[in-house]
Amino acid sequence: MPELVKLEDHPLEIAGREFRSRLIVGTGKYRSNDAMVDAIAASGAEMVTVAVRRIDLDRTHEEGILYHLDPGRIFLLPNTAGCYTAEDAVRYARLGRAAGMSDWVKLEVIGDQRTLLPDVIATLEAAKQLVSEGFKVLAYTNEDVVTALKLEDAGCSAVMPLASPIGSGLGLVNPYFVREIKARLHCPVIVDAGVGTASDACVTMEQGVDGILMNTAIAEASDPVRMAHAMRLAVVAGREAYLAGRMPRREVAVPSSPLAGMLA
Amino acid sequence: MIEVTVNGDVREVEPGLSVTQLLERLGLQPRLVVVEHNREILDRARYDGTPVEAGDNLELVHFVGGG
Repeated sequence: MPELVKLEDHPLEIAGREFRSRLIVGTGKYRSNDAMVDAIAASGAEMVTVAVRRIDLDRTHEEGILYHLDPGRIFLLPNTAGCYTAEDAVRYARLGRAAGMSDWVKLEVIGDQRTLLPDVIATLEAAKQLVSEGFKVLAYTNEDVVTALKLEDAGCSAVMPLASPIGSGLGLVNPYFVREIKARLHCPVIVDAGVGTASDACVTMEQGVDGILMNTAIAEASDPVRMAHAMRLAVVAGREAYLAGRMPRREVAVPSSPLAGMLA
Repeated sequence: MIEVTVNGDVREVEPGLSVTQLLERLGLQPRLVVVEHNREILDRARYDGTPVEAGDNLELVHFVGGG
């Protein structure tokens, strides 16, 4: 296979920090820690999300993720996953910051157990509080343009609309509104949750968003390392296609070969 | 012995322990643990000087895999 051509693109910049990879991956649901480490490497991601949880004191060999990931080499983004109130999300964010890695947080306040859709009112409330405490807030939200604008106004460092519900693998269900959010916001827009396979990631990046955050699509693939690699390529392909500017859609065929010069 | 609540469970521990000593008794490395002591996050520099007292509520958390 010929070498890929390296084309010009500015790096993804969030809160003054630059990332060459536009793919951010989660660290949950892997069958083993080794599989997680190998999949992260294959994905090329420079930032990964982690959750804050109680240490299981009854399991003597319980190991935190820091036994497997070197925070000097990969940027850890603590999340507030599982929180259903602004108060809980703020508490988890503070605990994540106290681990001493950074003041970044992936803010997630869930409003409904079945769909895991965000409670956008509580998310906005928590975002304001965390921004006032100096956090760099990357806020998970739905594809609602008005909420996205409010989260940006609240001082979020990135706004992260979903492609479809967390862990669903349904792909990008609302490209129109995701495009609109990207068009209207000045801060980075990262699509978070819902991609199922590489084509979903590619189509998502073709909307012009700044990056994608995913977990389940890689972790639950039969071969997570291979899927991580596929996602890496798909994100690059989608980004390149967006920058290239696609041809217009037409309702009729237009021949690719000249009409002139046909034999009589 | 005194009773303290650690991660939601009541435990009996010897009186006079510091937070650092409690973590050691539990087999934990203080640098990998975040401690919430009676709902206040405890700065790691204060683990040594903070006594564990009867009725205290401690949450010991760390990073795990998540999305």
